[in-house]
Amino acid sequence: MAVNILMPALSPTMEQGKLAKWLKKVGDKVKSGDVLAEIETDKATMEVEAVDEGVLAAILVADGTENVAVNTPIAVITAEGESIDTVPAAAATKPAAHDGFGDKPVTVAKSTSDAPAAPIMTVPAAPEVPAGTPMVAMTVREALRDAMAEEMRADEDVFIMGEEVAEYQGAYKITQGLLQEFGARRVIDTPITEHGFAGIGVGAAMSGLKPIVEFMTFNFAMQAIDQIINSAAKTLYMSGGQMGCPIVFRGPNGAAARVGAQHSQDYAAWYSQIPGLKVVAPYTAADFKGLMKAAIRDPNPIIFLENEILYGRTFDVPKVDDFVVPIGKARIHRVGSDVTLVSWSIGMTYAIKAAEELAKEGIEAEIIDLRTIRPMDVDTIIASVQKTGRCVTVEEGWPQSGVGAEIAARVMERAFDWLDAPVARVTGKDVPMPYAANLEKLALPNVGEVIQAAKAVLYR
Amino acid sequence: MAASASSRSKAPKVAGPAEFTREQELHAYREMLLIRRFEEKAGQMYGMGLIGGFCHLYIGQEAVVVGMQMAAQEGDQIITGYRDHGHMLVCGMDPKGVMAELTGRRGGLSKGKGGSMHMFSKEKHFYGGHGIVGAQVSLGTGLAFANHYRGNKNVSMVYFGDGAANQGQVYESFNMAELWKLPAIYIIENNRYAMGTSVSRASAQSDFSKRGLSFNIPGEQVDGMDVRAVKAAGAKALAWCREGKGPYILEMQTYRYRGHSMSDPAKYRSKEEVQKMREEHDPIEQVRGRLLREKFATEDELKATDAKVRAIVAEAAEFATNDPEPDPSELWTDILL
Repeated sequence: MAVNILMPALSPTMEQGKLAKWLKKVGDKVKSGDVLAEIETDKATMEVEAVDEGVLAAILVADGTENVAVNTPIAVITAEGESIDTVPAAAATKPAAHDGFGDKPVTVAKSTSDAPAAPIMTVPAAPEVPAGTPMVAMTVREALRDAMAEEMRADEDVFIMGEEVAEYQGAYKITQGLLQEFGARRVIDTPITEHGFAGIGVGAAMSGLKPIVEFMTFNFAMQAIDQIINSAAKTLYMSGGQMGCPIVFRGPNGAAARVGAQHSQDYAAWYSQIPGLKVVAPYTAADFKGLMKAAIRDPNPIIFLENEILYGRTFDVPKVDDFVVPIGKARIHRVGSDVTLVSWSIGMTYAIKAAEELAKEGIEAEIIDLRTIRPMDVDTIIASVQKTGRCVTVEEGWPQSGVGAEIAARVMERAFDWLDAPVARVTGKDVPMPYAANLEKLALPNVGEVIQAAKAVLYR
Repeated sequence: MAASASSRSKAPKVAGPAEFTREQELHAYREMLLIRRFEEKAGQMYGMGLIGGFCHLYIGQEAVVVGMQMAAQEGDQIITGYRDHGHMLVCGMDPKGVMAELTGRRGGLSKGKGGSMHMFSKEKHFYGGHGIVGAQVSLGTGLAFANHYRGNKNVSMVYFGDGAANQGQVYESFNMAELWKLPAIYIIENNRYAMGTSVSRASAQSDFSKRGLSFNIPGEQVDGMDVRAVKAAGAKALAWCREGKGPYILEMQTYRYRGHSMSDPAKYRSKEEVQKMREEHDPIEQVRGRLLREKFATEDELKATDAKVRAIVAEAAEFATNDPEPDPSELWTDILL
């Protein structure tokens, strides 16, 4: 069967090109892989190869022809002994394709110009801890350790790897005792090699294990961020839903104290931009425990942002067998009617103190502890703002494209008519973190700034 | 560059690759031909505008995956970079699904959401298809870690190119793989060019089999154009890994006939170089020659094989051309589980 050779495209954007030179002439025998001709655009030269065997029966576009449209027939190949008469006459003038199948019109489903609306994500409500539940006081550090130990006891596929997590008992002692209980097979000291062990963790997760990857701090995870975003977050989508990645990346995030610019960055906004990740940043020990257990059980990649300064803080944690807090649900930390303060992680410490001070002046602030940055519990924020009409965000991260900026945009989109003042942001200053004690203090937010912002949105 | 070229032209053939049986030769011929014809068709469909974006063809390198797969066992994992169509076909992934993914249709193996560089099959133990050069090396080491953790006897076959071999995470992975004795074979497909940069212009040590030396990982150079040599080396490396001795490096000396991707002007090498490789070292022609010489098959029998392979590829192309695009609602699926 005679087939047409078409003018090929060198790239998806190419529409026409020059047929520079024929390397075969009419009557030549050709086989698959033979170079028939060279074509050129302003960018590149490419060879047109034969895909089928046969004889070059006709050249339809001569050497040196400019502006040949893509998919124009440029030559005809016939089987040996076949006459060119068998080529449908029309084939030489209208675009057609090889092997017969291409004669059918290319069926490209008509896409709607507008993307369909994003589905609404529903997160189960956080379980109420019944009144009278016994509480045990523990530090954030202990809560994290207990959460990981409980999940490791329950599931053989859960393991932890990272720098100094085993013999050293954790650079911040979060993994204290885990090596002794679970052994070196499941509590694995890695070399200092973030990019490598993050990739190994993601590969292990793709094969169905449930790694907890500890970064000594999230500052070092920048070495590994390609594996977190390009491999862990995107693979489920790129595989059409086949290849999940049940992994937890955890470690201290943000500023500690006097450790300088490279060790003091808050990554909440960075990771929160990535579809395919969930980003958690708790404040209380109970939430650290319950959310860590949820994160380990979650089939998706989780960024679990801790805070070094919070590690030693003590909170009441419900003394129940299996305390799990759902990811994606905010918690109302303090009920109030005058202004909504939205924060998470260490930002909560400023919000709580500010609320106490504001109360002395008769201003009742409602504090929302976001707990999860992505997916963000916007409903809870909106419900509060509809009540108070005013909103202040509090975070240690930088202002531009920060989480506070996102909250402000969401509130503006969904509760504009309820707002009595523009949303105010309290953030870290737009500078690398300085080392000097006085400058570091200036770079971080403080309680006074939160009070000032709250009063500003109250016009007081 | 000169080093690897001369070592190939000298054709060291230390012990000579083990001879293939008739069945093995026929199997290798059919598998390599399927990849060759599939890739030629993909190139043609790209030219027709049916395939978008990037499209990296495997033409010339077929013996590498076919020989390795002939040595592998059920359960061994495969992971590679973006020049991945051959790896998927040799794993037994449906050519229609692969081609429809190239054209971005709903019947594609990733529902049209991955494209040429991103397909996966848990069932066939194929873990992608990765677009970031070198990323698959750490991921594949993670697959080996999982085998080790579970105590099974599977081996992770990690493919990457001479270009990826200069990425830092490759060496981070080598270190941990040897430290923890992980069952990983690092198959470096040295096709002599990282995009347009020849090995000699990019690599201080162009003998890639030595790249694991400082980690005590053994390695060897293999004539990657001879499917028998590949299978023999693969069998040795797989046995090493299964015995718990840790990782192994195989430098496959191979050659890609086509450009890096479809829009490659190929100014960095001569036509004569390409032509010489095709005429003297073509992996398929080598097998074809032996099949005829040994009277394992007649011309007519091979023609029948060719016709069958062409029919499979034509069917894949037709499916990929006519299958509808994904439903718009697919935009929002498969982001989270």
